[in-house]
Amino acid sequence: MSKKWMIVLGAALIAGCGTTVDPEQPGASVEDRNAKSIDGADVKRVTPEDNLGTALAAVKQGVLAKRSVFFDYDSYVIKDEYKSLVEAHAKFLVANPRVKMLIQGNADERGSREYNLALGQKRAEALRKMLALLGAREEQIEAVSLGEEKPRCSEGSEACWSQNRRDDMLYTGEF
Amino acid sequence: MTALVRAAFALVVFALSFAARAQLTIEITGAGANRIPIAIADFAGEPGVSRAVAMVVRADLERSGLFKLVEAGAPLAENAAVNFADWKAQGADALVVGSVQPTANGRFEVRFRLHDVQKQASLGGLAFVMAAPQARTTGHRIADFVYEKLLGEPGIFSTRIAYVVKSAGRFELQIADADGMNPQTALASREPIISPAWSPDGGRLAYVSFEAKKPVIYVHSLASGKRHVAANFKGSNSAPAWSPDGRKLAVVLTKDGASQLYSVNADGSGVVRLASSAGIDTEPFFSPDGQFIYFTSDRGGSPQVYRVSSGGGSAQRITFEGSYNVTPRLSPDGKNMAFVTRNNGRFQLALMDLATRQTQVLTDSDKDESPSFAPNGRMILYASEIGGRGVLAAVSSDGRVKQKLSVQAGDVREPAWGPFLKN
Repeated sequence: MSKKWMIVLGAALIAGCGTTVDPEQPGASVEDRNAKSIDGADVKRVTPEDNLGTALAAVKQGVLAKRSVFFDYDSYVIKDEYKSLVEAHAKFLVANPRVKMLIQGNADERGSREYNLALGQKRAEALRKMLALLGAREEQIEAVSLGEEKPRCSEGSEACWSQNRRDDMLYTGEF
Repeated sequence: MTALVRAAFALVVFALSFAARAQLTIEITGAGANRIPIAIADFAGEPGVSRAVAMVVRADLERSGLFKLVEAGAPLAENAAVNFADWKAQGADALVVGSVQPTANGRFEVRFRLHDVQKQASLGGLAFVMAAPQARTTGHRIADFVYEKLLGEPGIFSTRIAYVVKSAGRFELQIADADGMNPQTALASREPIISPAWSPDGGRLAYVSFEAKKPVIYVHSLASGKRHVAANFKGSNSAPAWSPDGRKLAVVLTKDGASQLYSVNADGSGVVRLASSAGIDTEPFFSPDGQFIYFTSDRGGSPQVYRVSSGGGSAQRITFEGSYNVTPRLSPDGKNMAFVTRNNGRFQLALMDLATRQTQVLTDSDKDESPSFAPNGRMILYASEIGGRGVLAAVSSDGRVKQKLSVQAGDVREPAWGPFLKN
């Protein structure tokens, strides 16, 4: 039994127990609306949104589920070890032109917040350019920075800072 | 004390204790070399209100690091005869006396007079009519009067400060009196808030909020609580700085690629590019005369301070020593520039005399950020870290007076000292 149906049934039971059933809202019409879900003949409208949904299911698994690119200290160069990951995301963006991506660049905590915001932007921009070179469309991607504001790790050590110097890729529905 | 007065007082105390959890505590960690010894007697008349007013005056003057309190004894009215020899013997150079009298409509008339003990002369006084909950405000105004008469520069005790408190995944943009009291939350968010900047009239704050998963600049009217987006272009929008006339903001946008300087009207219209470089340009700040915009840029390979005419043109480099000089903030008289410099991996607050280019490091801490001048130029408020916790600190521009401002549970950061309010 679907959750929705259980709620309707529950509501009907409560209404039945009560003394003030509203005659304007007969229980029958509520049951009718949900009747189709009982016998499993759930009619789904096929809309563009559903196509997008199918496409976006793909980014939750396999290589596309990997969303982070890490950087060296004071560097904005995408390292070779991330090239295949970036290519996989570019390929997905090319194949699904209606999907949008938000790249959030990040920096470690040392120094000025606003300067770190600019450093994070440089990292986001480096990834955006690479995806664009690989065929993703300009309007598909927005590169922004979170600076030092959203650290993944908050201890004051290099091991920790290296996790914070990164780009995160978010797809439609995730931002 | 009448029942009405008692009730009014209970209200004040309740309001104060209610806010105590999030309140900034200010600790004096360094004082001026020659502090003026001053006696502030309890005011005559209504004792509860009198004590409340005099307490604020004493705390303000002492916290400035420029006054030393001398024990004052019994209440003294502003019109009582002053025995200057006695006060001199007690070591006081100045004396404040006053009175608080209830008026017919449940309000109070507060009068005070400042005396120069050495010269045995009155330096003047004022009278205020106020409601009991305004005891602190009145105390600040008396402290401002005393400060200005004795030091020749305006006091900042009636001004306000803005800052961001982070606690348990929650960010609050707060406004408090300069003594940390009466904190009020202008904005609470689960996402970070940075770079608050006061409009020159003190009525609005521009800031950067990440509530839309990216940095967006808002302008927030404090009285109404209403706000509007001042810049939300593709990419990041940050580092707002008000023009001295309050009509424009210098901002950093990335809509055309890297972080670059632009100007927008405060309502978000009329975007114009201010400068151009191949690298990062950020942290703009207008000189008080509006002629220049100082900013941080890595165009020369490392982040350094530059300035450009606010009408555009070529940039001129200001800092040369060291490989990291950021966040330029000019003193209200335009003569000095506070900034953050890196020394052996430690980020410290420094001050440059812009005429001579002489630089002095003012702090000995590791993680100083976000300097902000008091509107009289005497103190510089900044963010620092002690024991892994974000605190605010203030240092006088001569490096002598030092204060620490912290909250009980949480990190405080991103301070901005508000302007003088015109009465």
